[in-house]
Amino acid sequence: MTLNTNLKNILLVVFTTLLLSACSTAKKSGDIDGDVYTGKETVEYLATGVPDRVFFATNKSSLTTASRATLRKQATFLRKNKNLNVTIEGHADERGTREYNLALGERRANAARDYLMTYGISGKRISVISYGKEKPVNPKSSPLAWSQNRRSVTVKVN
Amino acid sequence: MRKVFFFIFINFIIFSKLNALIEVDITRGNLDPLPIAVSPLHVDIKSEEQKDIKVRDLGINISKIIENNFRRTGLFNPLKKEAFVQKPDIAHLKPRFEDWRLIKAQALVTGKILVKDEKLKVEFRLWDLTAAQEMTALAFTTTPSNWRRVAHIISDKIYERLTGEEGYFDTRIIYVAESGPKNQRVKKLAIMDQDGFNTKYLTLGNELVLTPRFNPTNQMVTYMSYFRNMPRVYLLDIETGTQEVVGNFPGMTFAPRFSPDGKKIIMSFAKDGNSDIYTMDLESRVVERITEHSSIDTSPSFSPDGKFIAFNSDRSGLQQIYVMRSDGSGVKRITFGKGIYGTPVWSPRGDLIAFTKMHKGKFYIGVMRIDGTGERLLTENYYQEAPSWSPNGRVLVFYRETKAGEKGEGFTAKLWSIDITGYNERKLSTKTDASDPSWSSLLSK
Repeated sequence: MTLNTNLKNILLVVFTTLLLSACSTAKKSGDIDGDVYTGKETVEYLATGVPDRVFFATNKSSLTTASRATLRKQATFLRKNKNLNVTIEGHADERGTREYNLALGERRANAARDYLMTYGISGKRISVISYGKEKPVNPKSSPLAWSQNRRSVTVKVN
Repeated sequence: MRKVFFFIFINFIIFSKLNALIEVDITRGNLDPLPIAVSPLHVDIKSEEQKDIKVRDLGINISKIIENNFRRTGLFNPLKKEAFVQKPDIAHLKPRFEDWRLIKAQALVTGKILVKDEKLKVEFRLWDLTAAQEMTALAFTTTPSNWRRVAHIISDKIYERLTGEEGYFDTRIIYVAESGPKNQRVKKLAIMDQDGFNTKYLTLGNELVLTPRFNPTNQMVTYMSYFRNMPRVYLLDIETGTQEVVGNFPGMTFAPRFSPDGKKIIMSFAKDGNSDIYTMDLESRVVERITEHSSIDTSPSFSPDGKFIAFNSDRSGLQQIYVMRSDGSGVKRITFGKGIYGTPVWSPRGDLIAFTKMHKGKFYIGVMRIDGTGERLLTENYYQEAPSWSPNGRVLVFYRETKAGEKGEGFTAKLWSIDITGYNERKLSTKTDASDPSWSSLLSK
């Protein structure tokens, strides 16, 4: 790749970031911030005060501030329950191609796993599985449903 | 599944190319389909009754299958049988051309069959009514239970004669049959003839299965299964029903296809949040890593000569299509249009790549040249993806999903086909909801 196209890509990225941040401030409403779900409607709990899932923006696997807070609670919970192992299920919404979504779900599950590991949880205790777009929690075709489906869910295995 | 052995003995009786006046141009959307009369095949009175087959109706039934095949191409207009003026046996010997021209037919198909000694003998002729001569004639023998395939083979021969291109009727489509509510879908591997008949299920629906693809000889299928909740690529022998995991990967493998020689499976392997493309040689079991990048690299597709691989990657930020040499060198991005691009599939002719494009909340199926130029979007919809080529490279089959309401109601998944001209979009008939279609090559080649 030439320097020129590299520069162009960097400019594109900067431009897209600007656009996205413009969108996210504009779209902050109800239970969606940007397009990350912030509500509690579909959330279950590993224990009192320990939500089982975190949500992602479209095509993204980066953790939001709220997601990191949730995962720190999960890490605390897992430190207290040393014999407990978990599987992190990664999911995507229905607005992508099936195969890419399988990879995206795996990437999201690993983002959550990596964060738990930085908080001292052994990787041996955390397996991951991606379901891509195959297991929506909300079957509706709407931006809200898609935001609830873009998730990684921590599930106890024993 | 039962063994499908199929012997055909083709003897060319006559093959005349002299002064044929009719031909069908398939390179553009055909607004003026060729009027063709398909006479019921004459059933020889010496035919013997068969268990499970109505021999007396075979002639009319075969002609109807041929008509339906032709109608679905959009290139032909099969005429109503009520207007036919000659008995099948007489017409097959020598049609009265002027009578058939009266009903505006330009081509006529006639034939006869004989079922005797557990054999089905078929012969058919294609007549050019304008030039008043026979265009082609063929005879072959098979087992009576193959009678539907007889109709497809005849369709292929006529299509070839009239368009100058290989047909695609004696083919099958493997797909994922879907049932149940949207958030608890039951998925099974299913296989059917391209006209929607002879549906058979290859898995029971106990585990999630996705993305089946045929090998070049149509005897093997590679697909992804969540058997024991371990998402892995599998290999299935359709004739014996034996299945095995492909390779020994410590994580999810997905998006499998065969290499054009059938010797390798190419697929993605996901580990620690990173998906790369690998191949495995089915004989030596040697695994090769083809891409090595921190992005998602998936949906690989070999060029028909096996020298190149198209795939999609989000290394630029969002999904785009890339082409590389089959050893992974020379990676080059080919899509620069607006939107996100995925599922590249190299055409059997090698000149085009079909793809899915996502832009402004719409999904498109399109084709482009292998360097990414000449993009043509064939169809726009709420959700559709995963094109697969007909073996002659003229038609794409893909799946389309509809919007769902509050409880998932209104959700359907169906197979559709469209000509690469952008014309002739059609829903395929499937017994259940369906997705992830893969078109076989010609079965009797």
